[in-house]
Amino acid sequence: MRWFGIVCVACLGLVLAVASSHFPPWGDPHSPASTHVSPRYIEKSVEETAVPNIVTAVLADYRGYDTMFETTVIFAAGLACFMLLRRLGTGPQEQLWRHIPTGVVVHVKGGVRPWIDPRHFEPIDRHWTPHDLVTLTSCRIMIPFLQLFALYVVAHGHHSPGGGFQGGVILGAALILLAISHNLRTAAERFSETTNGVLSGLGVSIYAGVGMACLVLGGAFLDYKELAGLLGVDKVHARSLGIFFVEVGVAITVMAVMYLIYRNVSSAGECDEGL
Amino acid sequence: MHSWVDLIVAHYNYWIYILLMMIGLYAMVAKRNLVKKIIGMSIFQTAIILFYVSIGAKRGATIPIIEHHGHGPINPEHYINPLPHVLMLTAIVVSVATLGVALALGIRIYQRFGTLEEDEILSQLRREQ
Repeated sequence: MRWFGIVCVACLGLVLAVASSHFPPWGDPHSPASTHVSPRYIEKSVEETAVPNIVTAVLADYRGYDTMFETTVIFAAGLACFMLLRRLGTGPQEQLWRHIPTGVVVHVKGGVRPWIDPRHFEPIDRHWTPHDLVTLTSCRIMIPFLQLFALYVVAHGHHSPGGGFQGGVILGAALILLAISHNLRTAAERFSETTNGVLSGLGVSIYAGVGMACLVLGGAFLDYKELAGLLGVDKVHARSLGIFFVEVGVAITVMAVMYLIYRNVSSAGECDEGL
Repeated sequence: MHSWVDLIVAHYNYWIYILLMMIGLYAMVAKRNLVKKIIGMSIFQTAIILFYVSIGAKRGATIPIIEHHGHGPINPEHYINPLPHVLMLTAIVVSVATLGVALALGIRIYQRFGTLEEDEILSQLRREQ
């Protein structure tokens, strides 16, 4: 198997190396990739969509179908993770409660005992380590700014590098940071599993809903210029606003799915304790 | 001799992506541990992303964000090719999501067989038949 692998890989490398020697050199402005459709996008995108960031304009308008189905793929991947790992209804067999004044840990099997007073006991993980004050405080300060920056990246994607995918990943990273620095239960109090599931579907629905709205208003699917009458702007700015709406949908789905995957993978589907 | 050096220097982005792709494919084909296979798949995806992003580069051009619009026509040679960036932007996030699915499958396999070594899983499957 090892020698078969080496032979396969060597053959692939040889074929690619021979092919690559005919490729255009690095940074060539007249390479085939840069001569056909790309100049059209660079010259016309501001004129047609009023979006200076060509990547955003191509992503959400010229290649709107592609992006919509990429978002659907992300949603489907999150759904697959959920279906593969999550075990609903069983609940944890054993709960650990730590008595805060004395530090004694009580193992509770089956249900909640009435003498466990939430004022003196806290639920802990099996591999519990005392919370580090520096980590907790610095993460608590960082998370709101991370989320604010993510909203900036989504909203300013028309004029600077950014957009729905990047902002959504930063929003998801802020949630994952909360779950890592505290624990999964704290993160679940802020962002419950139901909210997570609803949001991951909502983003795709927003994207498809904008497309359907264009269809209802008499245009083609995802042809944002039909939104002009609804939004009270001209057709070029309607495209710009349509791009913004679908980017918001993408950001919501990406955020929810990133956190959904993290939560299920890190706790092997139990979603009560993990990293 | 000189033309060989030129060939290597002018195409160095391709040599790096070929190297990464070979590493990733070798890990996927020859390694027996499933987590190592998943790592190989990730390296393979990175090679593809590097290939696409590097063919979008243009010498002397800047990022594809139009500035000072309205001062004459836009020259496409001043901005790098936006299309590979669009394709890879979505591919990066999709690759993270598919990596999550691969890890989830790995967790299920570990729960079922108690191992992630391919030959041990196969021998367990043969015993069950």
